[in-house]
Amino acid sequence: MSDAPLHGDEHEHHPFLQHHFEDMGQQHEASTLGMWMFLATEILFFGGLFLAYAVYRTTYEQAWVAGAQLQNLKLGTINTAVLISSSLTMALAVHYAQLGRRLATFYCLVGTLLLGSGFLIIKGIEYHAHFVEGLLPGPYFTWHGPMAPKVELFMTFYFSMTGLHALHMIIGAGLLVWFMWRTWRGHFGPEYFSPVEIMGLYWHFVDIVWIFLFPLLYLIGRHA
Amino acid sequence: MSEHPHEPLHYVAPMWMYITVFLSLLVLTGLTVFAAQHDLGVMNTPVALAIATVKASLVILFFMHVFHSTRLTWVVIIASFLWLGVLFVLTFADYLTRTWGLQ
Repeated sequence: MSDAPLHGDEHEHHPFLQHHFEDMGQQHEASTLGMWMFLATEILFFGGLFLAYAVYRTTYEQAWVAGAQLQNLKLGTINTAVLISSSLTMALAVHYAQLGRRLATFYCLVGTLLLGSGFLIIKGIEYHAHFVEGLLPGPYFTWHGPMAPKVELFMTFYFSMTGLHALHMIIGAGLLVWFMWRTWRGHFGPEYFSPVEIMGLYWHFVDIVWIFLFPLLYLIGRHA
Repeated sequence: MSEHPHEPLHYVAPMWMYITVFLSLLVLTGLTVFAAQHDLGVMNTPVALAIATVKASLVILFFMHVFHSTRLTWVVIIASFLWLGVLFVLTFADYLTRTWGLQ
């Protein structure tokens, strides 16, 4: 074995197989499991904010209704659809990576990036409207409706939760650019698509956070 | 590359599965907006959360391929939501009972 040439010990290794794994299947299983461990910490990370939101919502129920009425339901609904569409293109990017279709994977990643950017632009339009209406908590909070201090608290949760979500989107967008480059270089294929799968897990997780944020921040007391 | 002891590398889901899940998610989004505009009494929030939970489950099971993943992955996912449940239950066991016996 000592005079065996490089990579030629028993059989040809995949260039992306790390030496501590038996084979690509085991490596894929370990990567997926590791990503889910990370997502478990993310669930609890966002969970803290959801918990605090729930505690104050039960305390100041009327102010929460008033705060949700200030949100732009049309833009919120459109953004939900945009983000769900970006999850579809992300899932298809993984699908095409599994099939070894390099260009299709690339274009699906581009689509995901465009839809994700669209989401952030629409969110930015909403943020701008809030600034103009004096709904930014802190010294610039000039909104004078009923229960203003408690609505300000609602807006604090609104900006914390959507802001942390948007930060995850921005990180995801950066990752997408890196993955577009790697896909273009032909790194992925049926034997090795774990990184694209894991990128997908991250993106879908961020989508799931929004799936819960949307009803909690936009849909309360809409029937009134 | 032969006779490795592990499962085959992956399950490749058919295209119609992705399209079906995507359309279901859009329909459920429309449904939750529709339901929110009707007075369901105390049920408005439970309905909204139930629809969100169905949507999240669709994403987790099919877009995130958990339906075809290993049992160990299922354990990690269920455990993380279990801990989230502990966080909520213990906190509300405090907040919702603080005024008991004071009136």
